Amino acid sequence: MNSTIPSQTALPWLWRLPALVYRSGALIISLLLIGLIVLLSGASPVEVIGRMLVGAVSTPDQVGRVVATLSTLLLCAVGLVYTFNAGLYNLGVEGQVTFGAIATTFVLRLLYPEEATASLLPPPLTIALGVLAGALGGVLWGLLAGALHVYGRISEIFAGLGLNFAATGVAIYLIFGPWKRPGVASLSGTQPFDESLWLGTFGQTEATPVGLGLGLLALLITIVVMRNTYFGLRLRAVGKNQYAAHVLGVPARQQLLSAFLICGLFAGLAGAIQVVGVFHRLIPNISSNLGFLGLLVVMLVNFDPRWVLPVALFFSALNIGSLQLPLSLGLESSLAGVIQGLLVLFALIGRGLAQRYAAS
Amino acid sequence: MKVELQHIHKHFGPVHANDDVSLTVEAGTIHGLLGENGAGKSTLVKILSGFITRDSGVILLDGQPAHIQSPADALRYGIGMLHQDPLDFPPLTVVENFMAGSPFTPPILNPRAAEREFRQWCARFNFDIDPHAQVGDLTVGERQQLEIVRLLANGVGTLILDEPTTGISASQKTLLFQTLRRLADEGKSIIFVSHKLEDVEALCDRVTVMRRGQVAGELDLRPLHAGAQQASSHQPEIAGRIVELMFGRALAMPTKPPTRRDEVILSIEGLVLRSDRLEIRVDQLSLHRGEVVGIAGLEGSGQQLFLTACAGLEPPAAGSIHIAGRNLTHRPYADFLRAGVCYVPADRLREGLIAGLTIQEHVALRASGRGFFIDRAEVRAEAERAIAAFNIRGRPDTYVERLSGGNQQRTQLALLPAPLSVLVMEHPTRGLDIESTLWVWQQLIARCQQGTAILFASSDLDEIVQYSDRVIVFSGGRVSPAIPVAELDVELLGQMIGGRF
Amino acid sequence: MDSAQLLIILATAITTATPLVFACLGETLTERAGVINLSAEGTVMLGAMVGFVVAKTTESVWLGFLGAAAVGMLVALIVAYGAITLRQSQIAIGFVLALLCSDLSSYLGNPYVRVPGPTVPPAFPIPILEAIPVIGPLFFRQGDVLVYASYVLIIGMWFYFYRTRTGLTLRAIGEQPAAAFVRGHNVIALRYLYTLVGGAMIGIAGAAFSLDFKAGWSHRHTAGYGWIALAIVIFGGWNPLRAALGAYLFGILQSLASVAQSSIQDVPTQVFTVAPFILMILVLVLTSAGWLGRLLGYLPVTPRRALMRALRTAPPAALGRPFEQD
Repeated sequence: MNSTIPSQTALPWLWRLPALVYRSGALIISLLLIGLIVLLSGASPVEVIGRMLVGAVSTPDQVGRVVATLSTLLLCAVGLVYTFNAGLYNLGVEGQVTFGAIATTFVLRLLYPEEATASLLPPPLTIALGVLAGALGGVLWGLLAGALHVYGRISEIFAGLGLNFAATGVAIYLIFGPWKRPGVASLSGTQPFDESLWLGTFGQTEATPVGLGLGLLALLITIVVMRNTYFGLRLRAVGKNQYAAHVLGVPARQQLLSAFLICGLFAGLAGAIQVVGVFHRLIPNISSNLGFLGLLVVMLVNFDPRWVLPVALFFSALNIGSLQLPLSLGLESSLAGVIQGLLVLFALIGRGLAQRYAAS
Repeated sequence: MKVELQHIHKHFGPVHANDDVSLTVEAGTIHGLLGENGAGKSTLVKILSGFITRDSGVILLDGQPAHIQSPADALRYGIGMLHQDPLDFPPLTVVENFMAGSPFTPPILNPRAAEREFRQWCARFNFDIDPHAQVGDLTVGERQQLEIVRLLANGVGTLILDEPTTGISASQKTLLFQTLRRLADEGKSIIFVSHKLEDVEALCDRVTVMRRGQVAGELDLRPLHAGAQQASSHQPEIAGRIVELMFGRALAMPTKPPTRRDEVILSIEGLVLRSDRLEIRVDQLSLHRGEVVGIAGLEGSGQQLFLTACAGLEPPAAGSIHIAGRNLTHRPYADFLRAGVCYVPADRLREGLIAGLTIQEHVALRASGRGFFIDRAEVRAEAERAIAAFNIRGRPDTYVERLSGGNQQRTQLALLPAPLSVLVMEHPTRGLDIESTLWVWQQLIARCQQGTAILFASSDLDEIVQYSDRVIVFSGGRVSPAIPVAELDVELLGQMIGGRF
Repeated sequence: MDSAQLLIILATAITTATPLVFACLGETLTERAGVINLSAEGTVMLGAMVGFVVAKTTESVWLGFLGAAAVGMLVALIVAYGAITLRQSQIAIGFVLALLCSDLSSYLGNPYVRVPGPTVPPAFPIPILEAIPVIGPLFFRQGDVLVYASYVLIIGMWFYFYRTRTGLTLRAIGEQPAAAFVRGHNVIALRYLYTLVGGAMIGIAGAAFSLDFKAGWSHRHTAGYGWIALAIVIFGGWNPLRAALGAYLFGILQSLASVAQSSIQDVPTQVFTVAPFILMILVLVLTSAGWLGRLLGYLPVTPRRALMRALRTAPPAALGRPFEQD
């Protein structure tokens, strides 16, 4: 016997509002709370939000930083579209990014040893191989979590969290051990790579065409796959009702593992971009928490890839814009995270209220 | 305590589960509640025990109106219920289960005192349960005994048992009946819900028979317990009357044209299936192409287990399954699908269809493997053809959870591939109106004429008799041999369902 | 390393692990009732920040703890509402709150970074108990009131779980809420209650950091401890004693790390943060795949039963699943 007993929600008519009312009501409350929190920190909400958004686009450099963040965030979010649609909470995405970054660093160090003065292979080839290695590294870490879930029956949440810490542990060990900077080991990471191994950028900004291109391409592929292919349909079927999908002939295990594989692939690519395009070395927090932010993005868009780009762009702008705050207003930059978190939280609550109480 | 339920009504959506049901149980008696699944007996006792609330009607206890809106209320009035599936705590020990939820348990637990009390109760009824065992390790019968002891220790005056004899051994059953008799003699009122004629006849003083949500009739069974000679003379008359009340006067006529071919498509040998409640054995069954075999019997008797095993979804504990001569036992589900076996579950929205996807998307899922990209126009056309052919009231972009039950069933049928070797169905026309039922069977017989074999379970005896070539009855873990439908009548069928093979 | 040094390491481990003990016990309580509060990471941080700010503003450490508890309850209330009443995914809501509360603590706590604040007054060794060989110097010569408080909490919670009637009800609700419902319990109200109390304890854990063991406030002050607490709850098999043991084990690992740091150069303590998760995964693999059960099956009944109960690692059967009642 399961835990459900026939329920009848006998609520007064006032509660049976249209779903839209609950959702927009939740959104309004979240905005009010954001304003309240800014007031609590002693600033004017309008001024702060204004500064943030303007600051994100004020100079080409700033726009470049937004685009650089967007590139990585897109790759993470796009990968998570697959796992969320398959009904999984892939909290292990951070570890997949990190391990991809580790793999990339490994290949780059292999092809451009410390003592050498030039890359053993032509630089573009070296970079390409590094990026490929990153993707494979992410795939490995993703499949590890997938195998633990599908065959070991371990919740992908805790397997993922554990593997996140494991990947970070490996990264820190490498940064302070075999790959440490000559002379002094430091939290600022490994020895930066020679400029020949840096991805080309848009002018003097930090944004890279390769990074942005990969992100947008990944997004496009994902939109097509989820909407127009049998694979995408099967993923959604498994995510909505694994048993019925199985009865209807969908190979559920295969689909779940594929989702982990694909997410790992894109997350690994994100890690690779962080190494060759953003930081040019391996640092402890190589993902800049963009894996977790990707989870928020996909939760906010309710797993629909078509809305990922505007939301990811908005979140990236918030991130970069908030870096202005310490200098200009003496406020802390985590306001970006507060705004992102509140928006997603109330989106979830609004959705929950609509599901539970709305007139259908 | 005298229990009276008067004019109870309960709706579940459009289904009128209890339609003006009245029942009186005198103190010191054992009152049986008989009926098929869907008759409404489980609903009625769940209302009495506070598990669900009634729409209207009165409950009187010893003549006084009682307000029962939750199990807590019912417990206060001394009404306790033994559920069909044990509602206990498997990871906890027997003593802990005994203490949990009891108003007599002190705030600081005293397991030794509880154990002593437990042993005393067990000794009174000759139960033999290890107090330190984990409840999850006990047999169903032992878990029942634990629950009875717990309820008695909590001072219940009225004990309700919902299908208690499924899944317990013969000796445990004898013990149970002795216990119940003693409790009744001590003045408690006992309600015994069952579908087993034999048990009800042996144990109960009176019996109320329910059918389709209403009370079909009431009988006094005390003549059966009088004395050996007197009892045996009354028995057939009373038994016949019970069956008549449960199933109605006559069954429908078989209407199925002969479609059975000679070739055997599904062959089962020595099959043993186990769930945590039951073990069933099917020694031999051969299904021919074009044949329809109907499975009758009350839900929970193992039909679903058997059907899922035949479809390849559940591995058997022992025995073999051959499809078209190939041994498919223990092979993955995909092999069964490739061999042309298809399963249509009864719980349409939870097991057969995917809520959140449209009809068109289901059609596309079925067509999966036809390439990488979905040809929307083609799939849409296919969906429209299916909707037209199966008369589904919906559009290709309608979400399946918005369809009515009947249309969901039509959709499930529309999704079946053709040709099929074996179609395994659970309750194919449950919740459908007569027109839809006729139409569904038209389609199914058409498939039989093309060579598909059908294995289906149903709780509608008319349906079973009308459309089967042969009938198997599942009752309480036992499986009858397959009987040609021509040899059946309502009397025999009713007896078999009641457990007498 | 001689025995005196070893003793110091162990005693230090117990001290430093105390805030973690509070968090683990709180989450164990919540999960035993069947609800996962994944927001622990954020709640600990927010509790630390709020506790510090309140204590500094009111100049009362104990009001600081109260404030932290209140914040913990508030966050837990959101989790409970979303999970129990709205029946949304507990994972999603908990995770978002984990990130949100961490960022919130950084943002609102900004003015208080590296500002000195009040701390819990020091404690003294407990007279008779400290004379017990081995255990005495280890447990009862601590310099911290909170450590003694944590002992009381551990024993109290163990007693509550396994020796009281309401504790039995708690365990029942997490295993089979429908059965508890039939026995007359109000499952929904109780789940709310235990989620809130657990959340309060997690908030207090945060304050234990900022007002005592890692006094002060800085960005990401308690980073990682919330996730570690979640892992330890699993590793501890949802049992208060074993959860506390897991927390102490982690403390020992951290102590060893500091010692090892002098011998093994350049490998920072962060590497040791990995250990609880590796252990947790190993434990989960062993038990989910049923190997432990099969291994123990070879033993005769009585020791097997005792071992199974001691080593039990199965989660409460209804953990994470919403309960619907009429």
